[in-house]
Formats: sequence, structure tokens, C-alpha cells
Amino acid sequence: MSRIQESVIIRTVVRIMVPFIELFALYVIIHGAGGPGGGFQGGVIFGAAIILYAMIYGIAEGKKRVSDALDRILASTGLTIYAGTGLLCILFGGMFLQYGAVPLIPDDPAKVSKYLIDLVEIGIGTTVAAVMISLFFDVSPPESEEGELPDYEGAD
Amino acid sequence: MIWVLDITMLFFLVVCAIAAISIKDLLSAVIILSGYSLIMAVVWVEMHSVDVGFTEAAVGAGITTVLFIATLARTEGRSED
Repeated sequence: MSRIQESVIIRTVVRIMVPFIELFALYVIIHGAGGPGGGFQGGVIFGAAIILYAMIYGIAEGKKRVSDALDRILASTGLTIYAGTGLLCILFGGMFLQYGAVPLIPDDPAKVSKYLIDLVEIGIGTTVAAVMISLFFDVSPPESEEGELPDYEGAD
Repeated sequence: MIWVLDITMLFFLVVCAIAAISIKDLLSAVIILSGYSLIMAVVWVEMHSVDVGFTEAAVGAGITTVLFIATLARTEGRSED
């Protein structure tokens, strides 16, 4: 293992921080309709939490938690949620993503719109997080036999 | 709008941009670029565009830096030109 990866301080801090970063990401996704934030930013933050874990505990350990197959399933599930919500609106006679057309709560289309926006944000967040994680796994250097990142040798 | 803060931020933005393209060591260039993104995020928030500033901080200063460094680990890490 490289010097950074076997540091007790960094390993402990990462282990404690990752759940809180993920909680913050979920907060950003859910509050995207009413304030700053949204599916894209929340998804990026969620992906960053997993990437942080994979950087410190090794790419192999990260791939054990979020495998390539799970990545692919999550990315396509998010896209399906997003497109499905849009097509649901067409099914009930509205335009694509015209939430008010869905008669979920008959006398309050504004409320339906609020819930469906949250659903769309969750779909976007799932896809973005999965794609960010798989981007990092694709770009990260191949494992040497001990399962570590090779040391950077660029600086003079 | 606080114009003194604006001018200071934009000055540091230009310094970071010029430093990022003129430095030879690519790891340093990536870190300076992430500093550029952080200053840009503050500028966006200062211009009352919190959503864009949020995206800049998460994507520009966060994910992009990580992806660049992961790419650097597979390459030589020095610019020839």
C-alpha cells in the first residue's frame, strides 16, 4: 500500500465522513425543487463519496462494494425513472414531463407536480452517481499485485 | 454586489488561469485549475447564482480534479510544450 493509503488518520476520517457525505447528497437531491441543488449536484456528491472510499481503501475494495454490473443497473434504472415519469405524463394526455396532467391527486395538480419533480430528481441523481463512479473506475490506473495506486512520479 | 470583492476574485481568477496553462508540471496545473474552479464558485454565489455556484464547486473543484489526477497517474505527468 502507498503511504497515504495506510495512514490510520486518513482511513478513520474517510470511514467516518463517507456516510455523512452520502446523507448530504440525499439532502441536496430531495431539496432540489425548492432551493439550490438538484439531481445532478446531489448525484455528483454521492459519486464523490464512493470515489473517496475507493481512493483510500483501494480500487478493488471499491469495486467489491459497487461492481460494474451494479453501476450499469443503477445508471439505466435512473434513466428509466426519468423517462418513465415523462412518458407517464404523455400517457395521461399531457406533454412530456407536464406533471399536472397525471391525476394522482384529483383536485390538486400542484401537489402531483411537486412529488413527480422529486421522482425525476431521484432518477437523475441515481444515473449521475453511477456514471461518475464508473468514470472513475475506468480512468483509474490498473491494479498492481498488492491492489494499490502506483506512486505519482511527475514532480521534480 | 460588493465590487471590491468582485475585482479581487476576478484578479485571482485571471492569475489562476494564466498559471494553469503556463506551468510545466501537470499535477500542479490540475490543482491550480481546481483552485480556479473554487474561486469561480465564489464568484457565481456572489452574483446571486447559487445553483450554478453549487454545480461549479461539486463538478469543477471536486470530480474533475479527481478524474484528472487519476488520469495523470497513468501518464508521465510533465508537459513537453
